[in-house]
Amino acid sequence: MLLAIAVHLVLAAVLLPLARRLGRWVFVIAALSPAVTLGWVLTRAGPVLSGEAWSESIGWAPRIGLEGALRLDALGLLMTVLVTGIGALVLVYYAYYVKPGEGGVGSTAALLSVFSGAMLGLVVADDVFTLYIFWELTTLCSFLLVGGNGSRAEARRASVQALLVTVLGGLALLLGFVLLADAAGTYRVSEIVANPPSGPSVNVALILLLVGAFTKSAQVPFHPWLPGAMVAPAPVSAYLHAAAMVKAGIYLLARFAPAFGDVPAWWVPAVLIGGWSMIFAGYRALLATDLKELLAYGTVSQLGMLTVLVAVGERTAALAGGAMLLAHGLFKSALFLAAGVLDRQTGSRDIRELSGLGRRMPVLASGCVLAVASMAGLPPLLGFVGKEAAFEAFAPGSVVDVLILAGLVIGSMITVAYGIRFLWGAFGTKRGQPATEVRAPPAGLLLPAMIPALAGAVFGAATPLTAALVEPTARGLPAGGEPYHVALWHGFGLPVVASVLAITGGFAVFRAQPLVRRLGGRLPGALHAQHGYQRVVTGLDDLAHRVTGRVQVGSLPGYLSVILLSVVLVSGAGLASGVPLPDDWRWWDNPLQVPLALFVLVAAGSVISARRRFTAVLLTGVVGYGIGALFVVDGAPDLALAQFLVESLVLVVFVFVLRRFPAHFTHGGPVRALRWRNAAIASGAGAFVAVASVLYSAARRHAPVASREYAARAEPEAGATNVVEAILVDFRALDTVGEIAVLAIAATGAASLILAAQREPRQPEPEVETTSGAEPPAEASAPSASENEVAEEEAAEQEGVSP
Amino acid sequence: MTRQAGPRATEPDASEPDATAWRDWDTPRDSWLRTDDARPGWKRSVLLEVVARVLFPTVLALSLYLLFAGHHDTGGGFTGGLVAGLAFVLRYVAGGPAELSAVVRIRPPVVVGIGLTIAAAVAIAPLAFGTEPLTAAVAEPVVPVLGKLKLATSLLLDIGVYLLVVGVVLDLLRTLGAGIEHQRARDRAEEEG
Repeated sequence: MLLAIAVHLVLAAVLLPLARRLGRWVFVIAALSPAVTLGWVLTRAGPVLSGEAWSESIGWAPRIGLEGALRLDALGLLMTVLVTGIGALVLVYYAYYVKPGEGGVGSTAALLSVFSGAMLGLVVADDVFTLYIFWELTTLCSFLLVGGNGSRAEARRASVQALLVTVLGGLALLLGFVLLADAAGTYRVSEIVANPPSGPSVNVALILLLVGAFTKSAQVPFHPWLPGAMVAPAPVSAYLHAAAMVKAGIYLLARFAPAFGDVPAWWVPAVLIGGWSMIFAGYRALLATDLKELLAYGTVSQLGMLTVLVAVGERTAALAGGAMLLAHGLFKSALFLAAGVLDRQTGSRDIRELSGLGRRMPVLASGCVLAVASMAGLPPLLGFVGKEAAFEAFAPGSVVDVLILAGLVIGSMITVAYGIRFLWGAFGTKRGQPATEVRAPPAGLLLPAMIPALAGAVFGAATPLTAALVEPTARGLPAGGEPYHVALWHGFGLPVVASVLAITGGFAVFRAQPLVRRLGGRLPGALHAQHGYQRVVTGLDDLAHRVTGRVQVGSLPGYLSVILLSVVLVSGAGLASGVPLPDDWRWWDNPLQVPLALFVLVAAGSVISARRRFTAVLLTGVVGYGIGALFVVDGAPDLALAQFLVESLVLVVFVFVLRRFPAHFTHGGPVRALRWRNAAIASGAGAFVAVASVLYSAARRHAPVASREYAARAEPEAGATNVVEAILVDFRALDTVGEIAVLAIAATGAASLILAAQREPRQPEPEVETTSGAEPPAEASAPSASENEVAEEEAAEQEGVSP
Repeated sequence: MTRQAGPRATEPDASEPDATAWRDWDTPRDSWLRTDDARPGWKRSVLLEVVARVLFPTVLALSLYLLFAGHHDTGGGFTGGLVAGLAFVLRYVAGGPAELSAVVRIRPPVVVGIGLTIAAAVAIAPLAFGTEPLTAAVAEPVVPVLGKLKLATSLLLDIGVYLLVVGVVLDLLRTLGAGIEHQRARDRAEEEG
């Protein structure tokens, strides 16, 4: 598996240069890695499905328990089949989907390949951090693929929203993982699931995990990013936003449900949010006029259903979840790819514009009918198998079960309704609308869209195959009575009644669409999730502005006051906790210290009364030299030498800078008003440091071991008789290397700042010159274009675009 | 920069073997004093310039001494680098940017980079010998004339520090010194119109 992931990533690196040669066929090359992975995984399927998970790991930092651990079990296998199978199809489709001469082919192919590898890693990861890294990688790929080349404001906004929302969830997930792993004492997902911890911190962790899953799988209230992300090309939507990436949240729920399915903090929010998403987003799908938007809301709705099914951690529900997971990946990718075909061949995907396409594109239409039938849960398709199991799971029992069952039936009804709406919108003939012009799509576009739809039928008809793939994923879950088996027909019973009710009810809902729309009414603006998102983002911006405005006031005395006060308060708190007074108190070690100290004090005092900046700088230098002299007296020649040299250099630098300043300090005005406050802070801080250094020096009771050892080992181990030097370049050489790196960075930064300030201010461009007639118009048009874009963006924000 | 081109540049046959005949070996290759006034608005002190030029090699020699003596005596890469940097500061203060560019032909960030590279290489090199990073080795070769020497590989680290500090000081001179001068010249030019 490591190899398979690596192949994806390496291939991605090769694709970019290849794209220059191969053009759009680079997608076919990119399809190789998921296709080969699929084949290879299927050869391993036998033992994995019979319960022998296949593990791999590489030590990253094994001593602290960090390793990249992968484990392919039945659930991972199901997801892998979905991810790699759809991935290969989508990539082949993409080769025919791109318009000739379209740019960015190489980077798109490379990103899709990276995404495929990351998704593969996500579903086989067995280490929480490995899982998290792949999780975020898929988020980043989604951001880049939705944003495209960044030239459209709409795409940029959608991609940023997708990134912000899913990264927020990702961070919550990371925190949840850390809490969970801490409580369980292991980073291995399989071990956490095998021995689930419990306690209040675990409940918090579970909520955080749910937040991660909900953002990734676009559940209410995080869902608006998914319809927004529909600005991406159809294949990207089909792969990332229907089949693979949005399933990551469901996968996470399914992965941890066996351990936490009975914990209320886990299943209650999952069922509530999932059920609400299922019904609400289905209703929004009924309102949509854009085919892809309809499908996107449909995806949110279906993901809600999956959330309910997989989160409860019960065997029949999990079987239903597994079957629906597969079914949804197949029919939704087929529908997205079909929507892409329509969009590409007719130039529109608006329900109100498309008309009479059923007759002109019979193959595509029949494929979509098949996919929608699977979505609606008609026999003998995979969707039916899944829904039967779902209804069965909640058929017997308690009030909660009945409520969930009712929710599922209503959700299925709406699903049927918007499924028919999709077919009618895409292929139906509308009254008063001329038949849409369409170019016949190439087989390379049709085939990848057909295959998943047909696969849904195959999996539905060949239930033993489905059972073999799905049933092991629910191994070890509580069955509750006689174990359920995935099959097409279980005899007449409640599930069949529910199915019939859902299908007929759905048809009725579709017929009564105008009524349904009126019944829905309007959601108050404050409750719109999109408005909420915008408010949070602009609020954060505002907060950042305000904090920066308050904190970065641009006053050096202000900054110094803050620093000094924090020194006094923070270290003062340390002192307040009790430091013994020194017992061998004395005024000096060496009488020479007294005149030197007086000298330093006088110099420091005169700095304050200096009127000229230059005098003040020189006096500061005198203070520094005086301290250097104190070092000499204390017997630290190395320190003293460095002090003298640095002091000299600082003086020179000061003199350089002073050339730009007025000779005298400014007096009066605000400076005078703040003088006493500044003086109080400065003398307070000075007095504190003096007292503190005396007190702290008393805290050491014995000669430090390190110093003795340094002195003893300098000669034999570092080959140096100068202990200071031995410490600098040998014992603590890592510190030295780090410090000089900091010095280099600081110097480079300072130099850049100074040089940037010196750059000539840009002169306003003169109007069109006769000498260079071609250039100025091009330059003039560039800013106006960007202005337009900004204006456009602002206008869109003011409208408060809501999905 | 209108500094007169030094004799080195005007000697066309410098590369030919005959060019360095025994009579010419001590011909100065650089002008002893600048003949132009590179810094308008700044009084030129010939005395200071000459003293700085005379002292310059001595101070550099002192800095090298400090660098190598560090292992057994007061000194080390940091102090050595600072002393060398101050030597350049002296030249700059005496004669301005032209004086500095007469002795430094390499760009300061490159010096910083070389210093950091040497230090990092010294840090990593022990890995190639299967020991932990930053492990120092001590050798005691007997060199003719100098006698028995005690050399530690950590001296290389010190050389890296030395170069880096010199580079940082030169960078300060380049930006704060010459840069601000440039700015002042521009301001003056603007005032004059």
